[in-house]
Amino acid sequence: MEFREHTLDNGLQVVAECNPEAHSTAVGFFVQTGARDESEADAGVSHFLEHMVFKGTPSRTADDVNRQFDEMGAHYNAFTSEEHTVYYAAVLPEHQQASVELLGDILRPSLREEDFDTEKQVIIEEIRMYEDQPPFGADDKCRALHYGKHPLGKSVLGTVQSITDLSVDAMRAYFKRRYSPGNVTLVGAGKIDFDALVKTAEQACGKWTPVESGRETPEAAAHRAFQCVHKDSAALEYVLQLANGPGATDADRYAAKVLATVIGDDSGSRLYWALVDTGLAEHASLSHHDYQGAGLYMTYMSCDAENTEANLARIAEIYTHVEKEGLAAAEVAQAKSKINSRVVLGSERPRGRLFTVGGNWIQRHEYRTVREDLDAVEALTRDDLAAVLARYPLSINTTLAIGPAEKVSAPPAG
Amino acid sequence: MTQSIYSHTYDNGLVLAAEQMKSLESAAFTFLVPVGSSVDPADRAGLSSFTGELALRGCGTRDSRQFVEDLENLGVERGEAVSVSHTSFSGATLSANLPPALSIYADLLRRPRFPADQLEAARLVVLQELLAIEDEPAQKLMIELRKHQYPDPWGRSSQGEEATLRQIGLDEIKQHHQGQYRPNGTILGVAGNFEWPQLRDLVGRLFEDWQPREVPDPATGAAPDKHAHLEHESNQTHIGVAYEGLPYRHPDYFQAWGAVGVLSGGMSSRLFTEVREKRGLCYSVFATMHTLRDRASVLCYAGTSAERAQETLDVTLAELGRIAEGIRPDELARLKARIKSGLIMQQESSIARSGSIARDWYHLGRTRTLDELGQIIDGLTCESINAYLAAHPPGDFTVVTLGPKPLEVHLGVS
Repeated sequence: MEFREHTLDNGLQVVAECNPEAHSTAVGFFVQTGARDESEADAGVSHFLEHMVFKGTPSRTADDVNRQFDEMGAHYNAFTSEEHTVYYAAVLPEHQQASVELLGDILRPSLREEDFDTEKQVIIEEIRMYEDQPPFGADDKCRALHYGKHPLGKSVLGTVQSITDLSVDAMRAYFKRRYSPGNVTLVGAGKIDFDALVKTAEQACGKWTPVESGRETPEAAAHRAFQCVHKDSAALEYVLQLANGPGATDADRYAAKVLATVIGDDSGSRLYWALVDTGLAEHASLSHHDYQGAGLYMTYMSCDAENTEANLARIAEIYTHVEKEGLAAAEVAQAKSKINSRVVLGSERPRGRLFTVGGNWIQRHEYRTVREDLDAVEALTRDDLAAVLARYPLSINTTLAIGPAEKVSAPPAG
Repeated sequence: MTQSIYSHTYDNGLVLAAEQMKSLESAAFTFLVPVGSSVDPADRAGLSSFTGELALRGCGTRDSRQFVEDLENLGVERGEAVSVSHTSFSGATLSANLPPALSIYADLLRRPRFPADQLEAARLVVLQELLAIEDEPAQKLMIELRKHQYPDPWGRSSQGEEATLRQIGLDEIKQHHQGQYRPNGTILGVAGNFEWPQLRDLVGRLFEDWQPREVPDPATGAAPDKHAHLEHESNQTHIGVAYEGLPYRHPDYFQAWGAVGVLSGGMSSRLFTEVREKRGLCYSVFATMHTLRDRASVLCYAGTSAERAQETLDVTLAELGRIAEGIRPDELARLKARIKSGLIMQQESSIARSGSIARDWYHLGRTRTLDELGQIIDGLTCESINAYLAAHPPGDFTVVTLGPKPLEVHLGVS
C-alpha cells in the first residue's frame, strides 16, 4: 500500500492509495463545490450541474458518455453535497486510463440548452420524489432553521421553483466560477498505476485554465429553535434535531464519531435501548457530519405521532444525562469495537476506500492509513469524550417535527 | 479467479457453503432459514417477521441486552430480513471473531428465549415497520405489485397486516419457531478469511444435534387480479409493471436475465435511455428479475409526476414490447462487460459473497464459482437471447399504480 501525490501546473491535484493486491480500481474527480457555494438565485445549481455533466462534451453526446462507461463495465455515479461534487467509477484495472479520460472529458461539459431543458424535468421529478418520502423535505427546512444565513443552511436539491427559474446561462457562469482546476482533485484507490494516472490527468485536464474560486468558511453560531410542520398525509411523525459539533479540521471529530455511536447508533446505543428496543419509536439515531469550518450532530427519530412529545423528552433526558454523567467504560469499548469492524469492512473495496482517501485529502490535505484512523479512535479516553460533549452539547439544538401531529411542544429545557 | 469453495451437508440436512478469501481481514456469514411469509397462517400474516423480531430479544444464556452487547463487542455488523421463503440472519466482522459470533447465532436459531415481557415491545416494532411503509410510496407499490403478480402465498409481503399482528400471541410465536425453524433446508453461507476444517467442525458442534423436521410446502392458491390502482396522496404516481420471468435454476435463466439486463442496468440501457434520458419523464426507472425457487417475474418500476404518469406507463410498456424484437450485439457486449467487472469486484467483499453463495445453494443445491458464472455469461449470444425472447415475448402484464389518479393500460402499444 503506497500513497502518492502530484499537482499539475494548473493546480489540479492527483492523489492515490495504490494497492497492488486489489482486484479493481476506483477513480474519482472530487470537485470542491456544492450548495454552500451557491447564491440565492442559483439554489440547486450544483446538483443540477452534476446531472448535466453526463450530458456530453464537444466530442461526445450524452449517449456516447453512458455507452462508453457501460462498455468498460464501470460501476459509476456522482453525488453532490453541501460542499462537494464527486464523480467516480469503479472499473477493472485495465480500464484505468479509459475511465479517467472519460471522467476528465465530461468535466468540461457542453451544457447544451436542449439537454438542460430535458434534464430540468428529471431534477424536478427527483425533488418531488423526495417530497413524497420521509422526512418530506424537512431536512432542508431544519438545516435552514439551524444555520440561518450561514452557507451551510442551503439546500442541495433546491426547490421546484428555484430549478424552474434557473437559466442555462446561470449554470454556465457557475460552472466557470467553480470547476477551476485548483478546485478539483483526482483521487485513486485500489490497483492504481500512479505514473500512468498522472499522465492521463495531464492529457485530459492539463489544458484547463485556472480561475479564482475561493470559498467562505465562516464559523457557525449555535442556534436553538423548535418548529412543528403539520403534514396530514404522513403515517408517522418524523423529527430532526441538529446540534453543532466538531468540524472537518477539528481533531475532536474522532471523539464525535465515538460519541454518536455510543449515544445514537442504530443498534445497542442509548437511544436504541430507550426508544427502539422498547418500540416507542420506529427509528432513533444520532450521527455526526463534518464540514469546512463547522460540524453537526443530527438526531433522526420517527414514531407514532402521539408518542412524539414523550420521545422528545426522553431524548432530551438522555442528552442532558450524558452531559452531566459522562459515558461508561463498557459502552465506549463496545462502540470502539463496532467502529473498528466497520472501518475494516468498509475499506476492503477500493470504491469504499476512494471516498475516505478523497475526503481526507480535500478536507484536510492529509493522507491517513486505515490503521492511523483506527488508532485515533482507540486512543480516545472517557475524559476526551466528556470534554467534547462539554464543548458541543447535544442539548442545545434546533428541532423540527413533521407529520400528522397538529402541534408538538418543545420539551422543557433540562 | 481461483476460488476456494467448500461445502458440507450435515446429517440433519444443514448445509454449510463457504468461500475462503485469504486476502481479507474479515469474515461474513448468512443464515437462510426456510421460514418466510409463505408459511404464515392466513389469519396470522406477519407471524414469521414477528417471530424473527422476538428471537432477537434473548437466546441461550443471554438476555436481549447481553445478546446485542456481546455481538457488538465482537464488532458484528448484523442484518435480518424476512422474505417469502426465508428468514435470513447475516453478519460480518473481523475474521478472528467469526467463531464466537457463530456460536451466538446457534443460540439465536435454536434456543431463543421468547421472553413474555418483551412481547409487546416487539409487537410495537413490527407494527411501526408496517406503518412506515405507508410513507415509502415506491416500496409500498412494489409490495402491491408482487401481491398482484404471484398467486398466494408467493407474493405476500413479510410485514403482515395490522389486524393479524395485533392478534398474534406468545404461544403462537413459540409454536411457529418449534414447527418451522429446522436444520434441513437451512443454509449457512460463509465468506472471508477462515480455515475450512476448523469452520466445518465448529458448525458441526454447534448444529449437529439439531433435530430435523419435515414441513410440507405451502399450497399455491389462485392467480390474483392483474390490475390495481391504490389511491395515495402524493406528488408522484408510482408505476409497477410485472411479467413472467424464469427462476434462477431454470436452464434458460440467463437468456431471460440477459434481456432484462439490456432493458435496465447501466445508464445506456433501454428503459433509462428512453424514459429518463430522452424524455426526462422520471428520476427512477428500472426492471429487475425477481426470482423465487420455482417461479420468477420481471418487476419494473417508474415514479413520475401524476400529470406525466400516463406517458411514462405508455413508453415503458412500449419498450417492454420492443425488447421482444431482439437485442443488439453492442447491447450484449456492454452487459457482459458490466457483469464481468461486477463478478471480479464481488471478490473484494466478504459480505457480498456470503449472501451469494447461500442463495446459490438454495436455488441450485450447489455453489457456482465466479469462473463458472463468467463462462455462462461468455456463452450468451444475441441469437440465444433473441430466441428466448421470440418464444417468450413480455406480455400478460400485471400493472399496479399508486398515486392520486388511476392510469389507462394501453396494451399492445408500440
